[in-house]
Parts: sequence; structure tokens; C-alpha cells
Amino acid sequence: MSMQLATLRDLSVLYRSGSTTRTALASVDLDILAGERLAIIGESGSGKSTLALALAGLLPDNAERSGQIAWPGLGRPPVPGGDIGFVFQDPGSSHNPVLSIGEQIAEVARRHLGIGWRAAYARALDLLARVRIPQPKAALAAYAHELSGGQRQRVAIASAIAAGPRLLIADEPTSALDMVVQAEIVALLDELVRADGMTLLFITHDIALASGFADRLAVFRDARLVEAGASADVLARPQNAYTRHLIGSHIDLATPPLIVGPTR
Amino acid sequence: MRRALVLLRRRAISSIPVLLIVIVGTFLLLEAAPGDAVDAYLLSIGGGDAALVASLRASYGLDQSTLARLWLYLTALAHFDLGWSVTFGRPIVDLILERLPNTLWLMGSALALSFSLGSILGVVAGARPGSATDRVLSIGSLALYAVPSFWLGLVLSVVFSVQLRWFPIAGIESIASGKHGLDRALDIARHLVLPVSALGFIYLALFLRMMRSGMAEAWRQDYALAARAKGLRRPRIVIRHIARNAMLPLVTMLGLQAASMLGGSVVIESVFAIPGFGRLAQEAVAGRDAPLLIGIIVTSAVLVIIVNLLVDITYALLDPRVGAAEAAA
Amino acid sequence: MSLLRRILGTPEGAAGALILCVLVLAALLAPVLFPADPLSIVGPALVPPFTDPALPLGTDRLGRDVLAELMHGAGTSLAVGIAAAAMAMIAGSLVGTLAGLAGGLVDEALMRVVDAFQIVPSFLLALAFVSVTGASLPVVITAIALGAWTGPARLARAEVLSIRERDYVAAARVLGMRPLEIAFREVLPNALPPVMALSSVIVAISVLTEAALSFLGLGDPNIVTWGSMIAEGRNVLRSAPFLSILPGLALMLTVLGVYLFSEGLADALARRRSRA
Repeated sequence: MSMQLATLRDLSVLYRSGSTTRTALASVDLDILAGERLAIIGESGSGKSTLALALAGLLPDNAERSGQIAWPGLGRPPVPGGDIGFVFQDPGSSHNPVLSIGEQIAEVARRHLGIGWRAAYARALDLLARVRIPQPKAALAAYAHELSGGQRQRVAIASAIAAGPRLLIADEPTSALDMVVQAEIVALLDELVRADGMTLLFITHDIALASGFADRLAVFRDARLVEAGASADVLARPQNAYTRHLIGSHIDLATPPLIVGPTR
Repeated sequence: MRRALVLLRRRAISSIPVLLIVIVGTFLLLEAAPGDAVDAYLLSIGGGDAALVASLRASYGLDQSTLARLWLYLTALAHFDLGWSVTFGRPIVDLILERLPNTLWLMGSALALSFSLGSILGVVAGARPGSATDRVLSIGSLALYAVPSFWLGLVLSVVFSVQLRWFPIAGIESIASGKHGLDRALDIARHLVLPVSALGFIYLALFLRMMRSGMAEAWRQDYALAARAKGLRRPRIVIRHIARNAMLPLVTMLGLQAASMLGGSVVIESVFAIPGFGRLAQEAVAGRDAPLLIGIIVTSAVLVIIVNLLVDITYALLDPRVGAAEAAA
Repeated sequence: MSLLRRILGTPEGAAGALILCVLVLAALLAPVLFPADPLSIVGPALVPPFTDPALPLGTDRLGRDVLAELMHGAGTSLAVGIAAAAMAMIAGSLVGTLAGLAGGLVDEALMRVVDAFQIVPSFLLALAFVSVTGASLPVVITAIALGAWTGPARLARAEVLSIRERDYVAAARVLGMRPLEIAFREVLPNALPPVMALSSVIVAISVLTEAALSFLGLGDPNIVTWGSMIAEGRNVLRSAPFLSILPGLALMLTVLGVYLFSEGLADALARRRSRA
């Protein structure tokens, strides 16, 4: 049994705006094991993004959190950027448009590794090569708008792992990208996490995508955790009706057509 | 840099037709005035006979048709000859060149003061939107923005010149003081403190509010959340991420306010009796000196175009997204 | 009317509305409380304020009642501000909409004209215009509008350009509506709200510009304005500063009221959009 990196007990998150209260997470009990690749599966509004934000300490001001998040694997509260790296969904807006991408990677290294700017930029160069950005030297001085969506996500991953964090949270990192690029990004994440011994929390609505590489799956619905277990087990013997529904709704090339009838 | 220069050339070229419209438009507008500089001159000397009137008109070229005079004006303009001022009896170019530096000092200082101080205070307010500091600065800046600049000038001169005697009450330097170099510069600076404050405080409020709202907007962006997720220290997030983005609209605004401030200098120079370009405009109106007024307006237009070009280059240097497509082509 | 209620719900909107109501009241009551010409002499010169109950705010250099002047001036300032803003908005919206819909050479030509008006400092333009036509209230209003119409023109054009491409306009075209009909029934109503938001800024600027023109002696000489009061008071600045300070405070209050009200308006509009 691997050691737990983080444990969530009875975690609930409420959003208050004016007179309305929205429950984003309700009494979630979940363990995150060190070194595992855990996929959080859910549709819109299931609470999966809130879970990621809560773990990273990025909940907005109008959120009320109850329950506990403990970090036995760290022995202390985690430092954002240093212990936890975060990759956002929209590569178009998660980069600062007026700073070079080199600076945006180097600043993470400088902040958490106690090194100067020169060393930080050198590390940024290494990271850009690791995430397979073409011409990494030129890329250091480039700006986000000069890169494609897939390249921007690679840069985002580079920033997220710049300080060598224990946990990498990727919140739907491929949802805004094309299918071919999706596969590349997922493969990259998988490789990096294995090489550095990081724990990966991969958030997605696509159960098929997750099942391709995740060790464990956790299925969320309407702010609740409905099922969690090893990927193979969950896919082969889903305990929960919703999980069965998700698996059944998956569409691929082998699925019979949705629209039946004469076509012209 | 190349990107900025490409933009500069394009903007400079497109300014020429606009400048032409200004020149022709102003000329035709002032044509519509009943009576001209000669009439005003005659009024001031108590009238004259018909022969004198005719000869004056002929010598100033005021007896020819509108189109002919417009053509003469344009050709003279090409040689930087703005004509002759009836009121002052001197070439207009000389007048303008003599008066312009004073106004440029006034405006330049006021713009620099309002932009820098306004931005800094705006960053302070925008660092924590909704905080007590923010509220105080917001309300204070709104009140300041509502103040008429000439009235502020009067109030400042009553308090600081008349009552406290900290600053001189009028003029740009002590008359016939015989000072040179640094002494003279300091003397002028002392004279400019109150006018610059009166002119600049209102724009300070504007920049403060813009920076503050720009920062509030920037905080809502994804890259602000990403910066927090990186665990960066707060000063770095506030300055390098938030303010660096929020300042962009301010740079644009700087260009727009240059025209406004040039107009504002007219009243301020009147309040503080500064012999500047703005005051010259008022004197031109009083003397019904159409050529002088046209010259002033054309010069203002050129000034504003130059300032806008400088602002455009600065903006292009600050925002890497601008002109990228054109420079690549 | 629910919009009005929402504006009054915000502290800024309520404060602004209160100030504006006081001003409108002052303007309306002025001919009632002080039916005589405010420029007429009613007492000894330079009576300080709060000393004579019949002359609550004192008198100026020529013995005119300051309170009467202030209240009559309120009407002038508000009238000029609103009239100039209305003129600027109407002219600007028309030109901007025309440019946006016509496109091509017409658009280019009109935008160069807009550029030309924007490049010349609006106060200098107003000076030139007043010097040409002589100072009277309609002239002052037009002079201010000449400098202010470019903002609404650009805004209207931008709105029209973005709306033109939207689906409901294409739908109208498909339905066979003629271009002019489309302009007035579909495009213009949706282009207006941002232009309305700009209007309060223009009103404020108009009030201040009118005051500056009057201060320089280029306003209408037959009526009393706060600007001319300040100019008058300047002559006795050392001995009777209140003559300049009071009308300046009135100006400040007016502009503040307009800005506060517009902040409330912006808040109310933003909230309605976020709820929708």
C-alpha cells in the first residue's frame, strides 16, 4: 500500500453570492496516494474543478470550505508552485500576454528554488526542451500569442513543474485542444510524472481519455464522489449506476451512429 | 523595435490627410467670421478712413477671395511660414516659437506628475480592490476629478501664494531678475509648482481611476489565478503581472489627454498670467486675429499628432501583441 | 423604471441622484425665489455671507445677490451641460452609425474627419468657434458639442460594426428587411447603451467647459453663470475669496453628482447583465 500524499475527509465547499448558496462539493472522502496517477472524472458542475482549486488553495473569496485536507506525505501545509504545480484548462488565457514565456517559467524556479535569474532562465531552457518545444532558445524570448494552443499548454506544464513539485494538478488540460494534440499532451504528462516521481491529479470529463493512462479513477457527480478505485476495476466492474452510464455513453469509431435514417 | 517603426511610419502617413482637413477646416471656419483682424485693429485705434482700410487689407492680403487666400496659406505653410499677426505686428512663427516652450514645460510637467503619481496611487488602490485604502482613494479621486482646473488654480494661489506666501502668485519667472542657469531653472520651477498642480491634479485623478479599474479587471483574468497558483510573492504578482497589464490603457489615455491638456493650459495660463501658447490663443481671440488663431490651431494639431506617435511607439514596445502581424508581413 | 430603482439602490447612484435633484430644484426655484434679474444690484457691495439674513450668501463687487446668482447659474449650467451632451450624442451617433453601415470610402472619409476634430484640442476649437460667431448661449452649446461629438461617433461606429456581423442582423436580411429598416430597428437600439454610458461623462465635461469659457469672458454676457461669477470674484480674490470659492464648489458638486449618478448607472447595468 503506497503512502498517502494527501487525504480529504468530509470536504465540502459552498459558494455564496448574494442570497444564493451553491454546493460545489459535499462530504468528499478521498485519498491521493504518492506517485499515483489519479483521474477525477465528472461532467460540468460535478465539482471536479472545485476539488482541484481547494487542494491548491486557490478557492475564491466567496467560497466556504469545511472538512479537512491533510498532507501526511508532506508533513506540512503545501506551498503553491513549490509543492503543487497547476495546469489550467485554457492555454489561451492562463499566460500573461505581456511577459515572455521564459520569464514566466523562470520566475517559478527563482521563487521556490532559491536561485538567481540566470540559473532560473537556464532551468527554463531545460524545461522547454523537456516539454519538446521546438527551438527552445528562441522560445524563451517568445510571447504566448506567438505559440499554438498545444505549445502553450506545454509551456504551462513546464511552468508547473519548474520547482519540482510533489503534486501536479492538471485541470482539463486538453479540453480546449484538438484530438491529436490532446494525445501528445497526455503522453507528455505521463512521461514527466513517471520520470520525476510526481503524483498526478488529472481532471477530465472524458473517461476514455483517463482510462488510457490513469492508475485510479474517481467519479464525481453533483458535488459528490460516487465511485473510486483502480482504473481496470472501475471500468470492468462499475459499482455505481452513474459510472455505468458514463462508460456506456462513451462514443468512439466503433459506436453505432446516433442518427438513424435515410441520409443524402 | 522593428515592429514599432513599421507602425510609426504607417501612422505618420495617415496623419497627413487629417492635418490637411484641420488646416482647411479651420481656415474656412474663421472665414465665416464677420469682420477680421483689420476691423479689430481699427476698433483699437479708433477708426480710420476708407483708404487706410483698403491699404491695410491689401497689405495683409485680406482683400482676395477665400480660395486664393487658402492656396496662398497652404503654400506658405509648406515653407513653415504661418503668416503675420496683426495684433502683435510680428511673424506668427516667431510668436509661437517664443511662447510654446513655456507651455511645453507646464504641460510636460503636469503630464509627468499626473501619470506617475496617478499610476502609483492607482496600483496601491488596485493591489487590494475593495479595501479601505481603495475606497478612500476612489472617493478622493472622484472628488478631484470633478474640480474645475481654473478654480483649483485660484484656490491654490489664494492658499499658497496669498496666505502662506510659499510660491509666487503669477508669471513664469521673476521679471528682470537677471538669473542664469540653475538659479533661473529653480526660479521657473518655483513659479510652475502651482500651475502644474492645478493642471495636473485633475488628470492624476483620471489616471488613478483608470489604473485602479484596470487592475481590478486584470485580477479577474486567468493569468492572475495562474500567478497565484505559482506561489509567487505578492509584490511580484501585483507589479509584474497585474499592473504591467493594467497600465496599457493608461499609455493610450496619455495620448488622448495631451490634446485635452493643451486646451486646459489656456485657462491655467490665464489664471497664473503665464506668457504661454494657451494665453496666446486667448489673445488671438480677443484681437480677432484669424491668422494667428489658425496658426495656433495648426500647431496644436501637429503637437498632438507628434505626442500620439510617441505614445503609439511606446505602446507597441510595451504590448508585444501590437503590430506583430504587420511586422511579420 | 426598475433600472432607476436599481440605480438608487447603489450608494453612488443614490448620492448622485440626490445632488442632481437639489440642483434641479435650485434651478426651478430660482425664478420663484428671485424673480428679478440676478444681475441687478440689490444691496451694498461685498457684503460677507451669513451676515445679513436678507442676503444669505452676501453680495459681490457690484452689490448683486450671490445666492440669486448661484441659483440662476444652476439652471444655466445644467441646461448647457445637457443640451451640449445631447447635441454631441445625436450628431456623433448619426455619423458613427452612418460610417459603420456604409463602410468603404464613406467610412474612411468620415473617420478622417473624426480624427481631425479629435486632434484639435476641443477647448481651442470652442474658442475659435465662439470668436467667429460671437458669444451667446446657443453658440456656447454648439462650441462644446463640436469638441465632444467624436467620442459618441467612434463608439457608435464600433458598436454598429460588431452588431452588423451578428446573427440577428443576418436573420433580418434573410427576412428581406431593407438596409435602412435594419439600421433603425435592429442595429441602432442595440448600439445605444454604451453610448448612453458615455453621455454622463460628456455632460460633466460640458458643464466644466462652459464654466471655463465664461471664466475667460467668452460666455453669454447677458446671463449669469458660475464661470463668470468666478471671473468676477477674481478681482477681489484677496479681500473676498468667498465670491470665487462658492461658485466653484457649486460646479464641483454638480460634476460630482453627475459622475456619482453615472457610476450608479454603470453598476446597475452591469448587475442586470450578469443576472441575465
